[in-house]
Amino acid sequence: MASDTTMAQPGTLAAPAAAFIAPAGYWKLVRRRLLRDKTTLFVTAMLVAIVFISLAAPWVTSYDPYQGSIMLRLKPIGTPGHWLGTDETGRDIWTRLCYGGRLSLLAGVVPVAVSLVVGSFLGIVAGFVGGRIGTLIMRTMDVFYAFPSILLAVAICGLLGNGLTNSIIALAVVFIPPMVRIAETVTAQTRQLDFVEAARAGGTSTMQIIRHHILSNVLGTILVYATSLISLSIILSAGLSFLGLGVTPPQAEWGLMLNSLRQAIYVQPYVAALPGLLIFVTSMCFNLMSDGLRGAMDVRLNR
Amino acid sequence: MLLFSLRRLMLAIPTLLGVSLVVFGLVHIAPGNPIDMLMPPEASPEAIAQMKIAYGFDKPLYIQYFLWLGHAAVGQFGLSVFNATPVWDQLVVALGNTVQLALLAAFFGFGFGIVLGLLSAAYYGKWPDKLFSAITTAGVSLPHYWCAIVLVMLCAVLHDWLPAQGMGDDSLPFYERLQYMILPVVTLMLIPMGVIGRLVRARVLDIISQDFVGALSAKGLTRWPVLRHIIKNAAPPVLALMGLQFGYLLGGSILIETVFNWPGSGNLLNLAIFRRDIPVLQATILVLATFFVLLNLAVDVIQAAIDPRIRR
Amino acid sequence: MAKTGALDPRDRGGKAQPLLTVQNLRKHFPVRGGVLNRVKATVHAVDDVSFSVRKGETLGIVGESGCGKSTTARLLMQLIAPDEGTLIFDGDEVGATGGISVAAMRRQMQMVFQDSYSSLNPRMTMVDSIAYAPHMHGVPKRRAYEEAESLLAQVGLNPQQHARRYPHEMSGGQRQRVNIARALALEPRLVILDEAVSALDKSVEAQVLNLLRELKARFDLTYIFISHDLNVVEYVSDRVMVMYLGQVVESGPVEAIYRQPRHPYTRALLASKPSMDPDKRTTAMPLTGDPPNPIDPPSGCRFRTRCSYARDICAAAIPPLAPPMVDDGPAEHLVACVVPEAQEGRVLTHA
Repeated sequence: MASDTTMAQPGTLAAPAAAFIAPAGYWKLVRRRLLRDKTTLFVTAMLVAIVFISLAAPWVTSYDPYQGSIMLRLKPIGTPGHWLGTDETGRDIWTRLCYGGRLSLLAGVVPVAVSLVVGSFLGIVAGFVGGRIGTLIMRTMDVFYAFPSILLAVAICGLLGNGLTNSIIALAVVFIPPMVRIAETVTAQTRQLDFVEAARAGGTSTMQIIRHHILSNVLGTILVYATSLISLSIILSAGLSFLGLGVTPPQAEWGLMLNSLRQAIYVQPYVAALPGLLIFVTSMCFNLMSDGLRGAMDVRLNR
Repeated sequence: MLLFSLRRLMLAIPTLLGVSLVVFGLVHIAPGNPIDMLMPPEASPEAIAQMKIAYGFDKPLYIQYFLWLGHAAVGQFGLSVFNATPVWDQLVVALGNTVQLALLAAFFGFGFGIVLGLLSAAYYGKWPDKLFSAITTAGVSLPHYWCAIVLVMLCAVLHDWLPAQGMGDDSLPFYERLQYMILPVVTLMLIPMGVIGRLVRARVLDIISQDFVGALSAKGLTRWPVLRHIIKNAAPPVLALMGLQFGYLLGGSILIETVFNWPGSGNLLNLAIFRRDIPVLQATILVLATFFVLLNLAVDVIQAAIDPRIRR
Repeated sequence: MAKTGALDPRDRGGKAQPLLTVQNLRKHFPVRGGVLNRVKATVHAVDDVSFSVRKGETLGIVGESGCGKSTTARLLMQLIAPDEGTLIFDGDEVGATGGISVAAMRRQMQMVFQDSYSSLNPRMTMVDSIAYAPHMHGVPKRRAYEEAESLLAQVGLNPQQHARRYPHEMSGGQRQRVNIARALALEPRLVILDEAVSALDKSVEAQVLNLLRELKARFDLTYIFISHDLNVVEYVSDRVMVMYLGQVVESGPVEAIYRQPRHPYTRALLASKPSMDPDKRTTAMPLTGDPPNPIDPPSGCRFRTRCSYARDICAAAIPPLAPPMVDDGPAEHLVACVVPEAQEGRVLTHA
């Protein structure tokens, strides 16, 4: 059969219009595109820095995040020893911000991770199996879709009581329906493509089809969507704490800090803006990173 | 078309029932007995028993649900536990206040969004487009409650331009009461503006890049028909998003209303949570969610009227 | 691997036994609608279709779009479950006790789809796609890939250049060659080509057709070739089957059908075929109007609503496939028409 290779005549059939593309795996291509994307690299570096500072909080600051001093209440930005000022009980703002990153990031990322797992499972089942099970899942999701996201989160949190766990549960419930919908749509679209039929014709089992043909085509879309949700999740989880429904005092969390510093806005206007600024920057970094990822993972885009 | 509307309505009914079940169920999943939340801890057992009967808590859960649903369907949500005024009356006033803000924010947000989206599509790749893209990317990531605080800081704390709290007294002249609305409206309109602007830009660019617009231009059509064609094709998704955004303005303004102390439905909900005022809480969530469902229904029907492809 | 001449060890009944026999295949799809989404009607996609495919031949299936050609293909592959009907693969009934299983049949029967892009997983390279099914069936990875590369060469693609490419980096013709290679990777005996060349440019189409002919000889294959293109079907087929609204209206050797069509529908179809030779352009009536809705097909002969020979008897019962009444042609020529004038194609004097 080796002699048959002589039959191959490269170029006789519609020669490829573009230059020969080096044989590279898909993920290699994605990585190469990402490495060329300066914005994405920059925001990723920012995020790494934010995560690092939060984790290393005890080493980047010498103050205790819970121990304040009555003498040092509401000092302005630039106070010697407290370069970002102090809060209403005299605790160092910089310290609180560093420690606050831990809870804020946790409360923002975990709900998305939970909804990613639960949502894509339900969505793939609904999209692949369809029928009554699919309808049941999708109708149930429609019910949760009927609530504006903040309203649902506030309602769940308000009734379950405040606290980090409840805030995570509330946001996961908010994010599962859109995740299911995306996963269901992409799965249903992929399922009806001929290559799935071809795989079935080749005797591939349902589980193998889901693993090898559906997941690889669906997961990318879901992952990109999930990263874009982190941004919203951080805003909403901080918002819940801001309302007093999330993380409880005296813990350090950006939304909670924003709320308590807001009360003192007439005394120290600028300090009040700081935690919110961090929420904003972090959420924007996640947003831009998600955009970059989406661009890099688009197969049809040959950049 | 009528068939489509009817079918869509039929789909909304189970959704609404599901919503009511969730709202009802949440209260019962919540830790603690609802009676304990209503009564002071030192209440006598007789008082508690009386209260149970008064609120129907002695009956089986499903009967409680149907009783509550039946009353809710005619707007009877009982009395507030906190101040014993009818829940419905409180809700109507609060909703009215929220709708005022939402309408204004929608008007300006959608308007500016469309204009900015069209402009950046027209100047695709040039500096106005880049500026707008930067603004909207920032806008989507903006915690709007923080934005509200910054606006308060700028306009009410550092300068004495605008009032920062409440909605003013009824006795004030109209233009002065209007001043109270400026900051909340500006804050609320930012997100719809960014979101709508982005979509308009994307849709217009998408339609322009498709061959048939080129074909239309090639046929010697002047610019206006081409524009009309673009609008007709871009409208359905933009409209759908507008419906959704208006729903968020109505149901999701709890954070902004809290910052500005605006006596709307979000504020009512927030107070109800802290006062453990279950009847008010349930009623507010149920009514807001119902609004949202009906709004989506209306958008679907309007969308189908514009674009026959959506009808099935 | 070349099998020319040698008897396929999987052959069970010898050359004379049909490779695939299809009996009374039927598939109706429910149509839902109305406010309550109830089943309102059924589409008679494939209705009581019987035929057989001989070893080594190419059976062409032609008909207008929507006549049930593709549904038939998917029913044969068991990609959708038939409502009724039996498949007998080389003497073994598929799915019956004592017969062969669906999985076993699929290994010997493969399909090439029309859309060359969507039938390849966009996240898999060409060799991945070709080697996938054999690997799933237990061929060691290394060997599966080696064989995939040699198959690429067999279908006229340079493995060094194309093996690691993704579908979007290939042209339509190249992708379709890969699809053919993938179908061959399981070493099937029967390949169903469902409009496999219809989406290609004419020049590429010809190259792929020639490739198919070569492969058929080299691997001793049997083809079911489904197409709406009469010229292509004439070029590749040994026998032809004409379908109309989910039923077979005529079948027989390609020369007989093309030279002496017996069913008025076949005649109309051939008359509408663009001929290369202006002298051969016929004046026979072309097909007018759209085919009737398959949701509610006419009683009796389904073509009668568009047939100028139609009479009362046509509405009474579905005409059976039978040898032409006025024929001296090959015995296997079958036609589903009960009107002698229609079979002869006599020009009607009245009207």
